[in-house]
Amino acid sequence: MAELVLMRNFDRSNSHTLPVYKNAGGYTAWTKAKTMEPAAIVDEVKKSNLRGLGGAGFPTGMKWSFIPKTHTGPVYLVVNADEGEPGTFKDRYLLERDPHALLEGMLITARAIRSALGFVYIRGEYVQPWRRFSAAVKEAYDAGLLGQGFDVVVHRGAGAYICGEETGLLSSLEGKKGWPKIKPPFPAIKGAFGQPTIVNNVETLACVPPIIERGAAWFAGLGTKTQGGTRMYSVSGRVKTPGVYEAPVSITLRQLIERAGGVTGTGRLKAVVPGGGSAAILTADEIDVTMDVDGLKNAGTMIGSAGVIVMDESVSIPEALFVLARFYAHESCGQCTPCRESTGWIEKMVHRIVEGHGRKDDLDTILDVAKRGGGTTICAFYDGAIGPYISYIEKFRSEFEALCRS
Amino acid sequence: MPKLTIDGREIEVEAGTNLIEAARRLGIDIPHYCYHPGLSIAGQCRLCMVDIEKTPRPTIACNTSAADGMVVHTQTDRVKDTRRSIMEFHLINHPLDCPVCDQAGECWLQIYYMQHGLYDPRMTDEKVHKPKAVPLGPHVMLDAERCILCSRCVRFCDEITGTGELGIFSRGDHSEIGLFPGQDLENNYSGNVVDICPVGALTDREFRFQVRVWYLDTTASICPGCSRGCNIDVHVNRKRPHHAGGRRVARLKPRFNAAVNAWWICDVGRYGFGSVDDPTRIQLARREGVDVPRDEALGLLIAALRDHAPEEIGIIASADLSNEDLFALRRLAEHRGIRQLAFRVPPATPGADDDFLLRADRQPNARGAETIGLEADAGPILARARADGLKVLWVIQHDLTACGWAAGDVAEALGRVGTVVFTGTNDNGMSTLAPLVLPLAAWVERDGTFTNFLGRVQRFRAAVEPHGDALAGWDLFGRILHTLGGPAPLGRAELWFRELAKAVPAFASLTYQSIGPEGAMLAGVPPTTAPSPPGRHAKASA
Repeated sequence: MAELVLMRNFDRSNSHTLPVYKNAGGYTAWTKAKTMEPAAIVDEVKKSNLRGLGGAGFPTGMKWSFIPKTHTGPVYLVVNADEGEPGTFKDRYLLERDPHALLEGMLITARAIRSALGFVYIRGEYVQPWRRFSAAVKEAYDAGLLGQGFDVVVHRGAGAYICGEETGLLSSLEGKKGWPKIKPPFPAIKGAFGQPTIVNNVETLACVPPIIERGAAWFAGLGTKTQGGTRMYSVSGRVKTPGVYEAPVSITLRQLIERAGGVTGTGRLKAVVPGGGSAAILTADEIDVTMDVDGLKNAGTMIGSAGVIVMDESVSIPEALFVLARFYAHESCGQCTPCRESTGWIEKMVHRIVEGHGRKDDLDTILDVAKRGGGTTICAFYDGAIGPYISYIEKFRSEFEALCRS
Repeated sequence: MPKLTIDGREIEVEAGTNLIEAARRLGIDIPHYCYHPGLSIAGQCRLCMVDIEKTPRPTIACNTSAADGMVVHTQTDRVKDTRRSIMEFHLINHPLDCPVCDQAGECWLQIYYMQHGLYDPRMTDEKVHKPKAVPLGPHVMLDAERCILCSRCVRFCDEITGTGELGIFSRGDHSEIGLFPGQDLENNYSGNVVDICPVGALTDREFRFQVRVWYLDTTASICPGCSRGCNIDVHVNRKRPHHAGGRRVARLKPRFNAAVNAWWICDVGRYGFGSVDDPTRIQLARREGVDVPRDEALGLLIAALRDHAPEEIGIIASADLSNEDLFALRRLAEHRGIRQLAFRVPPATPGADDDFLLRADRQPNARGAETIGLEADAGPILARARADGLKVLWVIQHDLTACGWAAGDVAEALGRVGTVVFTGTNDNGMSTLAPLVLPLAAWVERDGTFTNFLGRVQRFRAAVEPHGDALAGWDLFGRILHTLGGPAPLGRAELWFRELAKAVPAFASLTYQSIGPEGAMLAGVPPTTAPSPPGRHAKASA
């Protein structure tokens, strides 16, 4: 098994406390980063090929460099810990088991982008992660790691999926309804409270200390040509040992399923969602793909948040789609018309099909509606929703047709 | 200044102009719902998609600033197809209750469906149901099912009035406009949300179910509700006189004027027209409470003005009268040597400025009356009547029995006047006690100009015929002057305006043509712009 980078401390007793983290070599990267120029830190992260691990896979170092050089006011670092993508639970483990890794990553990143204030937006349902992380923040203040030019505010969400979208998160953080903001301007130019803001995922920032400590070349070498490092895959569904698995991003989906003990249930694989609920589904013979950003993009789906949902032969794809369709209809923020109206409409149509009242032309209507709405909204929510709408029906059409009455 | 090409035509616009406005200048209409030039950009209706060369997919025009060399297409197949899709999304949960909806005929769902939709409906499932006929405040009714959630009304209350009564509650297709707990939509600008609502979600509680909009005619006018002079359109119903209880004026709508009121008017002005078609309108001349032919009453008034010494005559005019009316009256007074001519009577309850458009001075033409040379304070006329009596007191449009003067003083003064003459639009205490009453045309029944408190001269136009024997002020005063042998141009308000321009230097350079639709400043008065709204403006603060 490859070396653990992100989960290196998970098995230590009391891994969430400062003494244990320090004994395991914690905060040495921060000590090193303090001797580096901000631009050198950005450079190092650029060279490491670290890409955002929250969903979009945007190169992290490049994102940092978008902060306007001439800006003299405050710059904010916002951590997206509103982990809500169906099938994803990796950030939860990081917050619970290694909160100081995130804090150290934040300290280094704050130096790189010249930020004096960071916000950590934690999903409302994540009570234990919030407790653990808040305790770690207190430890860091007591130890003088925080409060010396960088402060951290912990903010809890209230249970809306859309607040995991980076600008929806910023609206919510500002005390407004969690509606994504219209872009441009992008957050790096005008983000939280109107100031330049970098929004990064928990896991992304947890990668930063190892990169600084061990160098960009080492990190880049762990992954593929276009994406460095390892990442944490949340594997769930019909596998023997569901859970979080860390692996280099060059691992294939087949290997990952094997690491999780292989398919249970009937034992015969039907389909896999490779990157959280919003990723297009893959059939059993499409799983020899590398689990990095570009590998899955080339396979017509996405790595997203690396939430892997395994379905065996006994799973009903129409019912699985109904669960997701209900989710998207429930979670659409309602701001943009195409998303607001069609998530509800598609849910009704899928529901009707699952209930045995569907018509075959409903399937064409769903596909047409989904394709027409794609790319027309403020944020990526709807583009995520149409991933399953289209792929489930196109790849498993006969299953849907079998349920239709006419 | 960026120069761009839209549908093959080049245009240069100021930096920061968005593509909807840039296209508008070329006469190209980019359909939109949530965009409003007076509000911040929301970008949520997604209808204003256009194709921009070198961008992979259609882009919303409202949030795209014109850039040098940009090439924009508003009529590609892809854009048309996107519009059709967005229209379908807007309409799937819409109740399609046009036959009972007041917005029908001026509804942007109807207009854009006919222009850009025309698809066959595919929605066969149960629509989402939401609250209907919800009163939001004294003037506005909400039908949440008709709402397309463009958020214009929410942004209006946040950014223009700053009162923040409205929000969008719930999520997804259950989202709905609503009041924050404990709030009512009762700010003085609430009626504007009805104007900016592109669909039938917000309707006017006074206008609802009164008359179909396609029976209405529109006349450009000026609000007479205060000295601001907000630009308005008067919507009148001539075609279905049996509708709306016979009321001819159906509603007032703001008319854009960047120099005065921008897109807005206040509720005091908007709902202040009721007296125009009220049963209290004075239709015919009266002598001792009995209707008489107008010429008989005119003859009596002429005789009173002719047969008494000018110092025994007082005239209390009103700044509800137009510049033309007041100038004709001034000339009449001059011809007879009457020097007791004033216009200001304190109101019973003094108004106050609000924080935006409404002015404490609720008379539309006080600045005009002053400029034309009337005395402001009518107090000395009252004092003279109390002290020495007057042979004739001619009161125009004021009600001295319900004003800020002490009732005892007024009663005493009126008791010492030989003949009280009242000219006005509606019955009041004066019309009851005056032995001679002449009807006056209401402002929607006559042409003229008002001068607002900042010195802007603006035209209003007759939208309906005068009731009964009512005459416009200039016409009434002109006929009297003519009979008394004075120089009076008969026939049109404009002729009186020309006389005014010849006689009063502040009006010297003005003509009806030069005033135009936006109005013109008195000579030597600096130009104005509309005041900035009190609300926190998102453009400035966010």
